[in-house]
Amino acid sequence: MILGRFYRSDRGGAFLLAGLFVLAVVVPVLNLAVPESSPFHLSTYTVTLIGKYLCYALLALALDLIWGYCGILSLGHGAFFALGGYAMGMYLMRQIGDRGVYGNPDLPDFMVFLNWQELPWYWLGFDMFWFAMLMVVLVPGLLAFVFGWFSFRSRVTGVYLAIITQALTFALMLAFFRNEMGFGGNNGMTDFKDILGFDLQADGTRVALFLASVITLAVSYVICRFIINSKLGRVIVAIRDAESRTRFVGYQVERYKLWLFVFSAVLAGIAGALYVPQVGIINPGEFAPLNSIELVIWVAVGGRGMLYGAVLGALLVNYAKTYFTAAFPELWLFALGALFVLVTIFLPKGLVGLWKRKRDTEP
Amino acid sequence: MRPLDPLRKALRRDRVFDFMMPQVVFSPDLDISHGPILYLEDVTVSFDGFKALNDLTLYIDDGELRCIIGPNGAGKTTMMDVITGKTRPDSGSVFFGQKIDLLRLSETDIAQGGIGRKFQRPTVFESHTVFENLELSLAADKGVWPTLFAVLNKAQRERIDEILETIALTGQRHQLAGTLSHGQKQWLEIGMLLAQSPRVLLVDEPVAGMTPQETERTAELLVSLAGKHSVVVVEHDMEFVRSIARKVTVLHEGSVLAEGTMDEVQNDPRVIEVYLGD
Repeated sequence: MILGRFYRSDRGGAFLLAGLFVLAVVVPVLNLAVPESSPFHLSTYTVTLIGKYLCYALLALALDLIWGYCGILSLGHGAFFALGGYAMGMYLMRQIGDRGVYGNPDLPDFMVFLNWQELPWYWLGFDMFWFAMLMVVLVPGLLAFVFGWFSFRSRVTGVYLAIITQALTFALMLAFFRNEMGFGGNNGMTDFKDILGFDLQADGTRVALFLASVITLAVSYVICRFIINSKLGRVIVAIRDAESRTRFVGYQVERYKLWLFVFSAVLAGIAGALYVPQVGIINPGEFAPLNSIELVIWVAVGGRGMLYGAVLGALLVNYAKTYFTAAFPELWLFALGALFVLVTIFLPKGLVGLWKRKRDTEP
Repeated sequence: MRPLDPLRKALRRDRVFDFMMPQVVFSPDLDISHGPILYLEDVTVSFDGFKALNDLTLYIDDGELRCIIGPNGAGKTTMMDVITGKTRPDSGSVFFGQKIDLLRLSETDIAQGGIGRKFQRPTVFESHTVFENLELSLAADKGVWPTLFAVLNKAQRERIDEILETIALTGQRHQLAGTLSHGQKQWLEIGMLLAQSPRVLLVDEPVAGMTPQETERTAELLVSLAGKHSVVVVEHDMEFVRSIARKVTVLHEGSVLAEGTMDEVQNDPRVIEVYLGD
């Protein structure tokens, strides 16, 4: 009965969750149970690739929550994704132990290379999984809190906020490029061995990480949908449409924005933490402003303010990216730019909007 | 100058420090023992040297319906901005009841504390239904977490129905507010004010752009609200003011020019001069 009500109130979401469920069943079976010689076998590379798309989808979901519903255009959401990724990367780095090139049991390779004698204080605790997971949530959340507190209190909105967030991610990128920051400089962190004692290269681990991504995305979707359907969600849309009216109705607009921004940043951080063990590397390039802008394009292409639109957009654009960058590498950026222009002009509600319009016009 | 002088100076004050003042508590039993519910005294606001309000002193009684008129630039909207905390005056004091100093409160606090405001242009939440607009405006705990888990109870639903009845939008309850006519939006906004259960309603140009029938209905609505609430109406439309006003205040160049019944005010030579030119 609950399922029926959910389907009626959020048809797109029901399709999305059903799709994720199918993925969660079919992909592991095709990878693990079907022999490699069979044409139905799904390579571990593909499993990881889909897992990566799902992490992007989670990131897009996080952005849609603040952009689509509250009108806060963050052009720096990649920063929270990368910070979550770095926290996970630090844990994975510590798991390498003495198996690094230099065989130092206490220090990661890049620190040995820099002639450091001991672990910096901010690396302490990252050998424990629970601590690293806590940081995956806390670091992006805290940054978003401080950043949001200052900007929303000063009533910075619209394009100005977009520019500051862009500056934020750019500043972080420059900082993380520096070797003395202690995060591996421009090489970042890579060559991970295992997670929680499981070999990262093993098919089983890859499938487990994939499943973790599917489940996290599904759970996050349900939580986001709950928020949007609650009275809080309606306040947030009210803020988007008539901010000062909302204030005069008696809501502390800044607190609402801040709460949502922090929540969104935490989701982005979790996405980053799931992404890093699957792609096996994290470097300052993840902070690049271009990444955050691409993220905005995913959401715009899928259709903002619908949640499932963002997920769909992230999956489609990234699939297209994988295809194009392999087939016509020099064409991809043009295709991306053209896509954005076309969607903005012809499909203000994105691809999902197209489908919705078709359904509405049918008798 | 001895080292302790600044400290001595700081301690020699004619009033207690702000942080030592008792916490402002809005309560249903607002102290209005002296009559007025809203006190504006010697309020001055200047923008780049231009005095939008110039030593404005104005009292609004509990439960009264007051119309405020005045030519463009007389400071009508600025006065509302000051009361609702949107603009801070350069000098003067604004009190709500006997004890609540509105100048120390934020817009949100003032709104929650019982002063509702309708803007000049109707602003409603266009992508929400009429019902949701009222739901959001309803007096409740408006913190983030309580709002996340808020569920409407029976009393609140009945209150919304009652307001829908008052503003004659019962039939449009599930319609998106953005699709309402101009007049209906104005009423919805008044309904949103009512939902906040305010003591004072500040209504800025409620009949601008309305048809004569709508204007008439709005007049009835505002008159019926007076008594239970104090209603302050800023309006240009003299005909409308005449139809509802008991007491009229004329503002001119940021201060009160005349005050009295509509007839008294209209026969005041200074008012005639301001309105009809020299």
